[in-house]
Amino acid sequence: MSSGLIFAITGVVLFAMGSAGMLLVAHLLRRILAFNLMGSGAFLILVGLAQRGGTPDPVPQAMVLTGIVVAVAATALALALLRKLHTLNGRTELPRVEDD
Amino acid sequence: MIDPLIWLILLPLAWATLAFLLGPGRGARTAIAGLSLQLWLAFDLAMKIGAGGPALHAVGGWGAPLGIDLAADGLSAVMLLLAQSVALPLALYARAYFAPDKTETRYFWPLIGFLLAGLNALFLSADLFNLYVTLELVGLAAVGLVAAGGGAAQVAAALRYLFAALLGSSMYLLGVALIYGAYGTVSLVTLEPLLTADAPRIVWMAGGLMLAGLLLKTALFPFHYWLPPAHASAPAPVSALLSALVVKASFYLILRLWLGPFAPLVGALAWLPMLLGAGAIFWGSWQAIRTPHLKMLVAWSTVAQLGYLFLIFPLLATTGALQAGVMQAVAHGLAKAAMFMAAGVLIKATGQDMVAGLAGVAQRLPLTLFSFGLAGVTLMGLPPSAGFLAKWLLIEAALAQGYWFIALVALAGGLLAAGYVFRVLRQAFLLAPVAYAIAAVPRTLEWTAFALATASVLLGLRGVELMALLAAGSAP
Amino acid sequence: MTLNEFLPLAVLASSLLPGLIIFALPENRVGVRTTLNLLAALAKLALVGILLFGVQAGEEFGFAYAVLPGLDLTFKADALGLLFITLSAVLWLFTTFYAIGYLEKAPHRSRFFGFFSLCVTATMGIAMAGNMFTFFVFYELLTLVTFPLVVHRGTAQAMRGGMIYLAYTLVGGALLLGGIVWLHSLLGHTGFTHGGVLATLDSSTHWQLQAIFLLLISGVGVKAALVPLHGWLPQAMVAPAPVSALLHAVAVVKAGAFGIVRIVYGIYGIEFAQSLDLLTPLAVAAAITIVWGSFRALFQDDLKKRLAYSTISQVSYITLGISLFGPIGTIGGLVHLVHQGVMKITLFFCAGNYAETLGMHKVSEMAGVGKRMPWTTVAFSLAAFGMIGIPPLAGFISKWYLGLGALEARMPWVLAVLAASSLLNAAYFLPILYRAWFMPQAAAWPEEHILMQGNRETARLLLWPPLATAALTLALGLFAASSLSPLEWVKLIADREYLTWTP
Repeated sequence: MSSGLIFAITGVVLFAMGSAGMLLVAHLLRRILAFNLMGSGAFLILVGLAQRGGTPDPVPQAMVLTGIVVAVAATALALALLRKLHTLNGRTELPRVEDD
Repeated sequence: MIDPLIWLILLPLAWATLAFLLGPGRGARTAIAGLSLQLWLAFDLAMKIGAGGPALHAVGGWGAPLGIDLAADGLSAVMLLLAQSVALPLALYARAYFAPDKTETRYFWPLIGFLLAGLNALFLSADLFNLYVTLELVGLAAVGLVAAGGGAAQVAAALRYLFAALLGSSMYLLGVALIYGAYGTVSLVTLEPLLTADAPRIVWMAGGLMLAGLLLKTALFPFHYWLPPAHASAPAPVSALLSALVVKASFYLILRLWLGPFAPLVGALAWLPMLLGAGAIFWGSWQAIRTPHLKMLVAWSTVAQLGYLFLIFPLLATTGALQAGVMQAVAHGLAKAAMFMAAGVLIKATGQDMVAGLAGVAQRLPLTLFSFGLAGVTLMGLPPSAGFLAKWLLIEAALAQGYWFIALVALAGGLLAAGYVFRVLRQAFLLAPVAYAIAAVPRTLEWTAFALATASVLLGLRGVELMALLAAGSAP
Repeated sequence: MTLNEFLPLAVLASSLLPGLIIFALPENRVGVRTTLNLLAALAKLALVGILLFGVQAGEEFGFAYAVLPGLDLTFKADALGLLFITLSAVLWLFTTFYAIGYLEKAPHRSRFFGFFSLCVTATMGIAMAGNMFTFFVFYELLTLVTFPLVVHRGTAQAMRGGMIYLAYTLVGGALLLGGIVWLHSLLGHTGFTHGGVLATLDSSTHWQLQAIFLLLISGVGVKAALVPLHGWLPQAMVAPAPVSALLHAVAVVKAGAFGIVRIVYGIYGIEFAQSLDLLTPLAVAAAITIVWGSFRALFQDDLKKRLAYSTISQVSYITLGISLFGPIGTIGGLVHLVHQGVMKITLFFCAGNYAETLGMHKVSEMAGVGKRMPWTTVAFSLAAFGMIGIPPLAGFISKWYLGLGALEARMPWVLAVLAASSLLNAAYFLPILYRAWFMPQAAAWPEEHILMQGNRETARLLLWPPLATAALTLALGLFAASSLSPLEWVKLIADREYLTWTP
């Protein structure tokens, strides 16, 4: 098993764990962490699957770099909103929607 | 010579930054000037594409695969035009809507600039990864706009929206990673000949993930749960922007991929979006007929109207279906923006947002109510509106291929839309003593809403031009 | 653009533009609004006059505008369209006068007259539509612009009536749209042609054509108030009297009936429709409507409701005439399009006068009103006699041709329907007349809004329109043989629709 494949499979496992967390966990901070786990999984797969012919491919590296920037921005926004929600009503979970 | 492709992205970035530095008052003026320029650029681009076919721009002169390519064909041009022509009246509206000293105004102008930059970049992107980045940019800016109101309900709605958006775009990103792993490229043009019906299983999986992620971001039933609270709790100009444009971005992306690289794979899948779309029409309309809140009604109507966009997928073999989808996207964009703007005026004037509280406002705000009605005409798909042309094209495409039940869904959807539109009009025409003191509203608010509503109806008389533009140039 | 292309558009614009301007006028600019209304109505009448002369001289008036590739808005002023246009233009003028008098000092007049003008525009569009697509566009427009008129009073009852009206007409519109698109996908266009356009289609499509016919007829049947699609009409009575008058005589129900005419003659072709066995079911539906409407009218104490059921019955005479295979039936049906309009508008004007002058809404309150309001009651009586079909009034001409048409089409049962209906007509109109003329006033008038002004029984603008239309009822019957009468015009149309028939 090539190292690339190991990376990719780890990535899949991380992504699956992350998405389970996004869907099932109610605490918002843990959901933010779960999102980061998903992102890392996707990046691992991107880098791992592209390890072909021995030479590293620069394109996925660049993509992952961009992806990390995006993920950091998203995480920062989520954290800011979470803090705001906490100061406003002291909660760390989303209220239920009545309509569905 | 100015290349509109690159300036359509740079301009909003520039004025967004400026607006942040200048503060709300002068920032608004900068934004409006920038948007006027953008509208002109979008027209210019549309003329060029209409005359000379698709346009291409290699950013910084690098070119694919290392650099980033921007490409525009008829479909992109239509979407760009829609985005700029909704955004400009909306900016005028927003300037009159927000009190200049409120916190929400501080972030409104920069965020709206980033949002438009993201949207324009999305409509111009030519590779899967770039699409991901722009999609995220749009999503994050939109979440920021929802949260800008600052109340607990807004923040909660923004968070709900953010998680849905992130989940969707992560799934999309995983799909991109798998595609890159399989083919070593993310360029739409390069992928198109590579993807065939006997593609490896992993590509199917990638396609499935991307589709699911995008459906979540488009809020197609049953992934719509995040939309009504987000769109209803935001301030009216934000709701208008989100409902009119933001959800269309991910729809555009689905359409782009469906007709482009994934075309050989999707044949069997086509019924899934259609069935979900039908579900959206019925469930969304039903909720809109039931809800006691005005803005909630309009937001649920968005859920329902998005359903029409997905009815076209089994029919894409005939050109009429694509025309129907794009016509519906444009019609709904204009009309829904107008409707949220009108709802904003009604709420501002009566100081409350219950449908029941609108009794008698027809006498006090006739123009706004007229705008609401005109937008409603487009949503119901009644002639001569653009929504009617969309419905006509859809039914014709459905009957031409013998799928009469799609035609039935479209017709029934129109009647259900009448149910919620006339619910509001009926209340407003009631000759009751007005229960609330009606505050004076700036005239700009009323007239911008009216302009967009009128545009959504009169576009029904210019279908030929729109269809010609759409047909100009194939996918990039 | 040539003059012949421009004229149909000018006819539309002559009510559309004033309508839009009136919306923008402040409520208190009464003078400007009235002048604009009347000028528009007169201008339209003049334009229609030019068209009439042109068509008689063999000129063709038409205009096409593409909204989508392969889909045109087409306007064409042909003989049949002009029949309807002329009727609408003339009655619009009378109704405008009447409405100005009726709504004096009422609130929201700008809104009312704005939608009123749009309503006439929609009717003109329907009359001049050159294909089913254009017809549909204006047919739906008519629904939308009549809604604010129906609910004009803004009471809860008005809203209920308006909602029922909408529910019926929008569902009808959806059925119609389905049929039209289906037709378009079979045929590639939906244009009206003399003698129909479908006969050339392959016979394997015949079941589809029958299904489409059902969809189309149910679609327009809602507005034409064919039983069982008539439920909205008595409810829509909550509208102010000028609106009811316009709805019943010119705009809505006529649009439905005219749609049936177009579908049978312009799309299917009367001869092809007969060969598809479509005419007999249509005749049966019309016959049921005629008898049912008259029967229900007997039991209505509310005057306007009684008139509404009478409309249901009378409009189906048009449908009946169309579905009688043979030119004489056609003549009877089409001429009734005009005659019913003139008679019914008179009746509604009068009902409005009773309500507006004396607050009288019920038949049971009408005892002795002939002495208080003799002129109104004379007009009412003339129109009612016309409806019953007493010679030499307009209604008699219609019924005469319908009867002859039935014999020509070998459908003698239709004669029984006509006879029964005439008896029922008499049974629900004559008691009103008896009460009004011969019974003494029993109690004080319910609410006397307008007192006697010298010798005049009510406001001038309320009195003259019904008298004029009542005189027209008489004239249409007396001068039916004149070369200027609608009867002669209708004979010209029938001549063109029957390819194998010579008059």
